Amino acid sequence: MTSPGASPGAALGTQVRVVLPAHLRNLAGVHGEVLVRLSVPVLTQRAVLDAVESRYPVLGGTIRDRRTGKRRAFIRFYACEQDLSNEPPDAPLPDAVAAAIVAGTEPFLVVGAMAGG
Amino acid sequence: MTQVRVLAGTRKGAFVLTSDGKRDKWSVSGPHFGGWEVYHMKGSPADPDRLYASQNTGWFGQLIQRSDDGGATWQPAGNDFGYAGGDPGTHLWYDGTLRPWEFKRIWHLEPSPDDPDTVYAGGEDAALYKSADGGLTWTELTGLRVQPSAPGWQPGAGGLCLHTIILQKSRMFVAISAAGTFRSDDSGETWRPVNRGLHSEGIPDGDAEVGHCVHHVEAHPSQPDTLFMQKHWDVMRSDDGGLSWTEVSGNLPTDFGFPIGVHAHEPDTIYVVPITSDSLHYPPDGRLRVWRSRSGGNEWEELSAGLPERDCYVNVYRDAMAVDTLDSCGVYFGTTGGQVYVSPDSGDSWAPIVRDLPAVLSVEVQVLS
Repeated sequence: MTSPGASPGAALGTQVRVVLPAHLRNLAGVHGEVLVRLSVPVLTQRAVLDAVESRYPVLGGTIRDRRTGKRRAFIRFYACEQDLSNEPPDAPLPDAVAAAIVAGTEPFLVVGAMAGG
Repeated sequence: MTQVRVLAGTRKGAFVLTSDGKRDKWSVSGPHFGGWEVYHMKGSPADPDRLYASQNTGWFGQLIQRSDDGGATWQPAGNDFGYAGGDPGTHLWYDGTLRPWEFKRIWHLEPSPDDPDTVYAGGEDAALYKSADGGLTWTELTGLRVQPSAPGWQPGAGGLCLHTIILQKSRMFVAISAAGTFRSDDSGETWRPVNRGLHSEGIPDGDAEVGHCVHHVEAHPSQPDTLFMQKHWDVMRSDDGGLSWTEVSGNLPTDFGFPIGVHAHEPDTIYVVPITSDSLHYPPDGRLRVWRSRSGGNEWEELSAGLPERDCYVNVYRDAMAVDTLDSCGVYFGTTGGQVYVSPDSGDSWAPIVRDLPAVLSVEVQVLS
């Protein structure tokens, strides 16, 4: 079976829901979830984050390192109750996750890691 | 009417404190950028309503904020702080191994005295950046980091941070913990260490060119060749533009500390906040004191009026002292306990402006007409 994430062309132009942590919502000047439009055909972690940074350039460097493109150490990526943080950024998202995100039934969550004591 | 504006950067945001020239009643706005560390804020001498702020967290990295209305509103500026020229190479790590240069944060912002759109930024790992477009884009002045001693620089406990920037037209000084003080005579193109006369425990070579944990350096505008330094231990003075240094700790109860300030109208009047030791970062005997020298060092007097007499165990960080330019020079400092103190009479008496801010990282002051 081919997932919406892996199927060529399936994700192109799709709007997906993204939840940002409070500090980044403030920085971007938004409330609640944001909708971003994908500009590549396959749904990947990088596709979502590129769309977020394209829509909100002020977030450049706050989620991923500008130079390496790597996730900042205290940032996590979740969707459909799965931790996607350590998945390769260019790997198609898992079938069920991609289907839910493309369908708009689930958001892609950018989360600030828990810290404190 | 004269207005005084104090810019306080803290562990959990920025605060703007304002008063009239009497400096006895203050209003407080903030937190701006609540929840973020604000290592430094500073206004442009050329346009006092142009402010720059360095905003950072371990979660979301480095941002630069800019205000064009004296801090009422802010806009994010550029945050692309790379190391120019490809592979930045390595410096020494604490354990003596080699460590790639890695950008972490901006410690200090120094706006140009002449152009509100030109501002310099000191980074960790040690690098000097310049923006000529109001902070939108930044260029590393690589001459400092490719200086021959740089691969041997080692971080101080706070990191390999460039925390002091002094602009004197084409001549510039920067200071780095724990590398030392560096001077450029060509607007930042090339640099040389200027640390002769500094002696530091923990450096086996008593004449070491670099490796000194300089905490802060200040110069009075009317005497550009005279520099005052609070080193890890030792208060130092140079009268030849940093080429040589002499110790002026004199009768201080301890010469460990972080900030040093110079009176706005008396170039030989300087201020320090003695701290017990490198392992006890609080004032001796729990009594917070500023010490003043009117002779450029060596002879110091204790200033205590209005400062805590007991049970005070705060620290005062390197960028958390400032002076204003009113006729009766005001002196300000902030503490890790969240107090910002003002002396409207050159240090003779003190009063808290605020008592319960987050830990104060930096204090700057502007006088507005």
